[in-house]
Amino acid sequence: MDAINTDAPRDDDALEKAFQTKVDAETRIEPKDWMPEKYRHTLIRQMSQHAHSEVVGMLPEGNWLTRAPSLKRKAVLMAKIQDEGGHGLYLYSATETLGISRDEMFDQLHTGKAKYSSIFNYPTLSWADIGAIGWLVDGAAITNQIALCRCSYGPYARAMIKICKEESFHQRQGYEIMLTMAQGTPEQKAMAQDALDRWWWPSLMMFGPNDSNSPQSAQSMKWKIKRQSNDELRQKFVDATVPQAEYLGLRIPDDNLKWNEERGHYDFGEIDWVEFKNVVSGNGLCNRERLKDRVDAHEGGKWVRDAALAYAEKQKQRSAAAAA
Amino acid sequence: MTEKEMLVDYLLRLGDNSLILGQRLAEWCGHAPILEEDLAITNIGLDLLGQSRLLLTYAGEVEGKGRDEDKLAFHRDTMAWRNFLLLEQPNGDFAKTMARQMYFDAFQYLQYEALSKSSDPQLAGIATKSIKEITYHRRHSSNWVIRLGDGTLESHDKMQTALNELWGFVHEMFDMDDVDNAMLAKGIGVDVAALRPAWDQYIEEVLAEATLSRPYVTWSVRGSREGKHSEHLGYILAEMQFLQRAYPDAKW
Repeated sequence: MDAINTDAPRDDDALEKAFQTKVDAETRIEPKDWMPEKYRHTLIRQMSQHAHSEVVGMLPEGNWLTRAPSLKRKAVLMAKIQDEGGHGLYLYSATETLGISRDEMFDQLHTGKAKYSSIFNYPTLSWADIGAIGWLVDGAAITNQIALCRCSYGPYARAMIKICKEESFHQRQGYEIMLTMAQGTPEQKAMAQDALDRWWWPSLMMFGPNDSNSPQSAQSMKWKIKRQSNDELRQKFVDATVPQAEYLGLRIPDDNLKWNEERGHYDFGEIDWVEFKNVVSGNGLCNRERLKDRVDAHEGGKWVRDAALAYAEKQKQRSAAAAA
Repeated sequence: MTEKEMLVDYLLRLGDNSLILGQRLAEWCGHAPILEEDLAITNIGLDLLGQSRLLLTYAGEVEGKGRDEDKLAFHRDTMAWRNFLLLEQPNGDFAKTMARQMYFDAFQYLQYEALSKSSDPQLAGIATKSIKEITYHRRHSSNWVIRLGDGTLESHDKMQTALNELWGFVHEMFDMDDVDNAMLAKGIGVDVAALRPAWDQYIEEVLAEATLSRPYVTWSVRGSREGKHSEHLGYILAEMQFLQRAYPDAKW
């Protein structure tokens, strides 16, 4: 298992070569295995960003939890948000196997050093947005995550397998909200279309920059952290989603969207990367609120965590005293 | 009130308690002091929401006027709600949420334990199903009261303050009115007044372990069962009922 313990000391080049051989042979890398520092850092960045996205993602959906239009919808949404929190927890634990603590990760999030998915900087303005998030945002996330189930890092791959199962349920419930609204009153249909108009492009942005503009991707592909390129995954998502929108009777807001018989894929318009960079760099409607909510929850909850630690310490001393 | 109307009212009291507290807990979503606690609070909120759906659905069936759980949840105004005043009080800080929760969990545990023997089989079934959840809720809130009470000086003060602030709302939980007496006589309902000593004992045990004092508060308020609520309920309903009220013809 552990190359360092079982083998004679070798230089980093030899270790890295052995590591790459393992990756190429599809052997999963486990926490105690030797790994290049850059591999570790890439994973910490990607996995913690993923965990942060799950937790920050609770906020735009939580925005409608108290206003859900039926008790059943409220219960389903509550269960969904609880799942997201669970995914966050699971991913933080998986990231901790790389030698970083949850507190350090929180600190990186709260100081802006670590990012979360920029899509959560958009506001949820109507109930249809909850449908659109499930359908499009979770749909895009699944497309990414299915590829990550075969990631070379064992704990991440295993987390993704578990998470994908729940995400596909989320995607279906989101689509079901859209379907109900698209078939509902004219006002509901307008809300559904408006939600699609606002969430479509940000969902495509979730796959990251075009391949030609994604310098880190090649290394991640070589390490098999990534299995498919940003553009491949984006295309997969578009191909799967267009017929779903047609079934809803809603229009995807892209004049250049059309089936390309020759490619066997949908062609689609260019993403507004200026908008993307703008929102990532802090100019989305909700960037400040999302971060402030997380910081306030964490700092405002410090006294609770301190109390729990103090109590646990007292209990430890009491049982030690009782045993003595 | 006819006997049937009394049963409907009785079921609404139970269902409204669960729904309003569940709604309050939903407000914590994404804001709890620890991620694990975010999950726990959501979990408890989900349980309460589940209870309320069963109870409101049943109330609607007994009433026989075509009102389902959503009609009852989203189309009643303040005066028609029957939840305890305690449960509509704002979340406040984490200590206040846990004080409110423990006061109610300890009560609901005793109430549902008795209701599980109700002569009304449907109600008995709902209570039996719920008591497992409530057992966990009560342990969760009591453990936090103990941790905060016996944690740091700051948490101790916050916990004691929260307990004191809400104490005046607990007494109405044990009031018996005509509906309660009629339901008790039929073997459907519970003598809640008789639950007070067991509730007091439970609370005192938790407070002793938490190094906290039983609140000494001279005021008390009552009236939820006649629809006399605090100002908070109107805002809870305005938020909760918004979509159904704004788009009455829509199905969601």
